[in-house]
Amino acid sequence: MEALFVLIVASVIVAVGFLIAFIWNVKDGQYDDDYTPSVRILFDDEVIKEKKTKTPDSIKQTITNQ
Amino acid sequence: MEVENFSYDNKIVKQFAFATILWGLVGMLVGLWVALQFVYPWLNVIPQTTFGRLRPLHTNAVIFAFVGNGIFMGVYYSLQRLCKARMFNDTLSKIHFWGWQLIIVAAALTLPFGITSGKEYAELEWPIDIAIAIVWLVFGWNMFGTILKRRERHLYVGIWFYIATFVTVTLLHVVNSIELPVSLFKSYPVYAGVQDALVQWWYGHNAVAFFLTTPYLGLMYYFIPKAAERPVYSYRLSIIHFWALIFLYIWAGPHHLLYTALPDWAQSLGVVFSFMLIAPSWGGMINGLLTLRGAWDKVREDVVLKFMVVAITAYGMATFEGPMLSLKKINAVAHFTDWIVAHVHVGALGWNGFLTFGILYWLIPRIYRTPLYSKKLANVHFWLGSLGILFYAVPLYWAGFTQYLMWQEFTAEGFLKYPNFLETVTQLMPMYAMRAIGGVLYLSGFIIMAYNIIKTVKAGSLLENEAAQAAPLSNEEDGHKGEHWHRWIERRPVQLMLLSLVVVIIGGAVEMIPTFMIKSNIPTIASVKPYTPLELQGRDIYVREGCYTCHSQMVRPLRFDTERYGEYSKAGEFVYDHPFQWGSKRTGPDLARVGGKYPHSWHYNHMLDPTSMSPGSIMPQYAFLLDDALDTTTTAVKIRAMQTLGVPYPEGYDKIANKELMKQANEITESLKKDGVETANDREIIAVIAYLQRLGHDIKASHNTTNK
Repeated sequence: MEALFVLIVASVIVAVGFLIAFIWNVKDGQYDDDYTPSVRILFDDEVIKEKKTKTPDSIKQTITNQ
Repeated sequence: MEVENFSYDNKIVKQFAFATILWGLVGMLVGLWVALQFVYPWLNVIPQTTFGRLRPLHTNAVIFAFVGNGIFMGVYYSLQRLCKARMFNDTLSKIHFWGWQLIIVAAALTLPFGITSGKEYAELEWPIDIAIAIVWLVFGWNMFGTILKRRERHLYVGIWFYIATFVTVTLLHVVNSIELPVSLFKSYPVYAGVQDALVQWWYGHNAVAFFLTTPYLGLMYYFIPKAAERPVYSYRLSIIHFWALIFLYIWAGPHHLLYTALPDWAQSLGVVFSFMLIAPSWGGMINGLLTLRGAWDKVREDVVLKFMVVAITAYGMATFEGPMLSLKKINAVAHFTDWIVAHVHVGALGWNGFLTFGILYWLIPRIYRTPLYSKKLANVHFWLGSLGILFYAVPLYWAGFTQYLMWQEFTAEGFLKYPNFLETVTQLMPMYAMRAIGGVLYLSGFIIMAYNIIKTVKAGSLLENEAAQAAPLSNEEDGHKGEHWHRWIERRPVQLMLLSLVVVIIGGAVEMIPTFMIKSNIPTIASVKPYTPLELQGRDIYVREGCYTCHSQMVRPLRFDTERYGEYSKAGEFVYDHPFQWGSKRTGPDLARVGGKYPHSWHYNHMLDPTSMSPGSIMPQYAFLLDDALDTTTTAVKIRAMQTLGVPYPEGYDKIANKELMKQANEITESLKKDGVETANDREIIAVIAYLQRLGHDIKASHNTTNK
């Protein structure tokens, strides 16, 4: 039974190592693109929009016209 | 590169949306019903509608049915678009949807009949637990499949929240549901007492964190920018928000157990991490609100944004309050009172409810290709909902404070000013009535939304498969030098999942392993003996009836607790409790020391009609316990199960257990007879009395021997 606990403790230590490495990465890494994704999600429908007869924009139009 | 044509599955989104509305209605109706039971106890009418059985139905319906389906609705809509891919497999989507609905139906068919494991927010019995695990894994499979075949390399922050949700809920559910079945509908958790409490609240708090919070934060990061038509305020902040939040959340569970018999170090650890949680939580809230910078004029016009702004505000309030409540001094005031009920409803009604409504109003017109039926009705819903939250929360904050002040008030002579617990309950009646009014307001807003959406759906037609096109991902690995961690991780969902798992395992393991291992954490008290067979059966009835929803079994080492109930609870008292029954709310008094306080006949009459013994009591009547025969066919198997779990019954005890049971039952029946109560010796009430009289008995015995 003790062996099981030893294994768990060992895996926890490995996990802590993982975490430290991760934090080190955060500190050392550069955010070379931490803006584009936030804008990109807004436009992913645009591709489809051009193909539709009734576009989300036209829906919005109808909503505001109500 | 060749552009691929594909389509998004809107049908599954629609199904989850309808399920959200349907189960929301059911869950809130049950909620209103139990709220009214505080004011009109006769609403407990039949056994299946007693508060102790309906309250778990309400919490399960609202959390796992309403919010659960809300999560899946939002995830299935946003994940496809964020990954530029259809869901991995339509059959998995179907299995996920119908499986989840079947689980909800199973919950509704078992909980009112007293089929419960007696662990708060995890009441469902073992066959359903297994079904939950399977359906949840189907969801995960479908999600990771979609992520793997995505056409957009970057994993948007929302997806990270979904992944953490999946990984952590899997872990929580499995660890907390490890139980030993004794029949198809009954099981005992393998953990006992303090350990069960730690595992349960590790689960309980993280259910709040990873079922009610992280998936909804993922939805917030997708739907608020979409509705506001502008990018999130700071994408960098959202990344920090994510990692900080999942790292801290998993450690916070013990704040539910402050001043209890949980080892002090575990309590302090919980407090520290709970307090730190305010930073990522508020970071996320500010990020959400500031997304609307320069767009506040839209909030005035757009009902979707109105709902979302209130949702984020409620999230901010609840996540400010949470860390405060985890401070010991404040917790001593709030714990076991209605303050906690108010706190969770700000989160549930405000954060989860309003964000769900905002998403529904935004999403349904889009997939049905038609404008919302009525903006006016949506605005009415908004105001009814907002007022409902206020009318719900404010009276309960007031009630919580009132009750604490009455509990802790001493006279100049040093006696409790309100020694009769009931006084501290009847005082709250006006607040309970106001709370129910708040519930009516909120629910009527919800019904208006349902109507509005049905009308919208009828006017439009569902675009089941929404055409889309995108270029596939190139296979070349552009792992050039100097690439930072964030790029690396976002391209590898499996690593991301493993990393999330690692982060949450550390939190859980560090708290749990020592408690299991260090024996000194649970001092063994020599006089604490296993329950007799009759008491064990009585205890199972106590669990079945959900007594823990109103009665705690935990005397805290606070003067006003020990004066009222007796010596504070020790960890060693609970070593045979599968499951622990410490409770989290005192609508009625604590029962940890109730044994021997009243004669058997008092309990008999009290169960028949609580107001006969305590005029003004709002406890349901349990007359059916006096009529129903105790099922003794299960005694032997229960004893054997307990032996498996380490309870030291002598070898072969299961064979004589029913003889012992009848012996004790006859004694109680005789004693009742002396007090003029005629009853058969095989009724459930006899077992319940045996159990109640046992509570706190052992610790008193240990004092008698040491004093001699």
